[in-house]
Amino acid sequence: MIKEREQAVVLSQKELADGIFSIWIKTQAAQTAAPGQFMSVYTEDRSRLLPRPVSICEIDKKEGALRMVYRVTGEHTGTKQFSQLGRGASLTVLGPLGNGFPLERGKGKRAFLIGGGIGVPPILELAKQIECEKKQIIAGYRDAQTFLEESFAEHGRLYIATEDGSVGTQGNVMDAIREHGLEADIIYACGPKPMLKAVKAYGEKRGIECYVSLEERMACGIGACLGCVCESGKTDSHSNVKNKRICKDGPVFLSTEVEI
Amino acid sequence: MNMAVKIAGVEWKNPVTTASGTFGSGQEFSEYVDLNKLGAVTTKGVANIPWPGNPTPRVAETYGGMMNAIGLQNPGIELFCKRDIPFLKQYDTRIIVNVCGKSEEDYCQVVERLADEPVDMLEINISCPNVKEGGIAFGQNPAAAEQITRAVKRYARQPVIMKLSPNVTDIAEMARAVEAGGADAVSLINTLTGMKIDIHRKAFALANETGGVSGPAIHPIAVRMVYQTARAVKLPIIGMGGISCAEDAIELILAGASAVSIGTANFHNPAVTMEIADGIEEYMERNGFQSVSDMVGIVK
Repeated sequence: MIKEREQAVVLSQKELADGIFSIWIKTQAAQTAAPGQFMSVYTEDRSRLLPRPVSICEIDKKEGALRMVYRVTGEHTGTKQFSQLGRGASLTVLGPLGNGFPLERGKGKRAFLIGGGIGVPPILELAKQIECEKKQIIAGYRDAQTFLEESFAEHGRLYIATEDGSVGTQGNVMDAIREHGLEADIIYACGPKPMLKAVKAYGEKRGIECYVSLEERMACGIGACLGCVCESGKTDSHSNVKNKRICKDGPVFLSTEVEI
Repeated sequence: MNMAVKIAGVEWKNPVTTASGTFGSGQEFSEYVDLNKLGAVTTKGVANIPWPGNPTPRVAETYGGMMNAIGLQNPGIELFCKRDIPFLKQYDTRIIVNVCGKSEEDYCQVVERLADEPVDMLEINISCPNVKEGGIAFGQNPAAAEQITRAVKRYARQPVIMKLSPNVTDIAEMARAVEAGGADAVSLINTLTGMKIDIHRKAFALANETGGVSGPAIHPIAVRMVYQTARAVKLPIIGMGGISCAEDAIELILAGASAVSIGTANFHNPAVTMEIADGIEEYMERNGFQSVSDMVGIVK
């Protein structure tokens, strides 16, 4: 069975915070999508060729719909075009792609679900689906332009950190963990590299199983072009060098498998 | 109507192959493309030993195209022979192995290792702009290009395609040099060296600083260079450079290419190679061409 790109249909779209948009699309991908996977989203403009990898924020199997929350990266960008699509518009997508968060590892454990910046959205579907003993969601933002916090509050205990201190703990997600004296047996995280580096170090120092979702500039999105690799500690069986493909082997990795 | 083409004695069922580096070794794309529908699969470049490639970011989008500086990451010829060739052999398509190296010995070692493997053609990459040694060093100097061609031909059991760089003053001179060295075919164009600066980070967009520009933006350059090469040598030409649809492919054929490779467009639409093969067939039907060879180089 040959897989194809699909014309998804926009169900709704709104701006959640400055430059942060939420879009619901009707797509077959909803039937197989899992938390932590991503969609390749294509522009209709032939001067913007590469698919934009966008993480999946929520999955509604019954309605056959996916929610993606993404940042508009500037004027004249593909994401700007996406943000202008209204209900009924079509959007070309491919997916779901990549490997998501291993939910079953969380069973019966105290978990940290950590999101930072535009890495916050995939944590929502993870929070909805994971069955763990203690669900501690830590979300980091730059300032008062926070998003998705009401949704998170429905699915676990939410702790917020902002760089400027306007909401929650002043500082980053690690500062919030320290301030509230939180503890975990397993960690799931998605966010900017410095945050993931800190989370990885925190988990490994304490011997906590830790899963990180990485991001990198991508081209094909399906593991062929080797554009989006990360360093692996050991020689990878596919690449035969110390590299793994974020789009195909990830984006979620066990922290000890990758160098950040 | 006959879609088959013969390149250096090897018959392909249609004139469409994949540009090296954009299609891996076919396995990832086989979920999206029926490889049986391609004239040939051209693999990502493979060296004598595994290469880790360049640091990231390795890719960036540009207006009407993209830039890459992957740095020829590859698993090395041994794993390639054990895993990738048997995978491709399951399909009814020709196998073209792209070979890269840092020295004449590196290239010859890979070519010799492939001598008894069931591959149909070899494409020698002397035009990668993203590795410091080898690659482009052979591709910008006619004497060096002739010499490396002659060297690999001594070891090659399969027909040898020399892949030419557009980063030269006179493409015809380079084509004549590899023809003199005994090449069986040429493929062109590889990427054009470019640079992109991220004005927000105030830094180079690619860790390698420079990268190879590909995509529709470079297509007219490919048409011009294929045309010039067709006038300069008798060798069959595999044309590539920014093909994103059947019309672009047909342009290169009319300019003198006997077959075409699709690269960057695979990233925009994984099914594009199959669509281009169908589109060429429709064009031939509409325009009364009985075979692909009837179209090659007819615009003079």
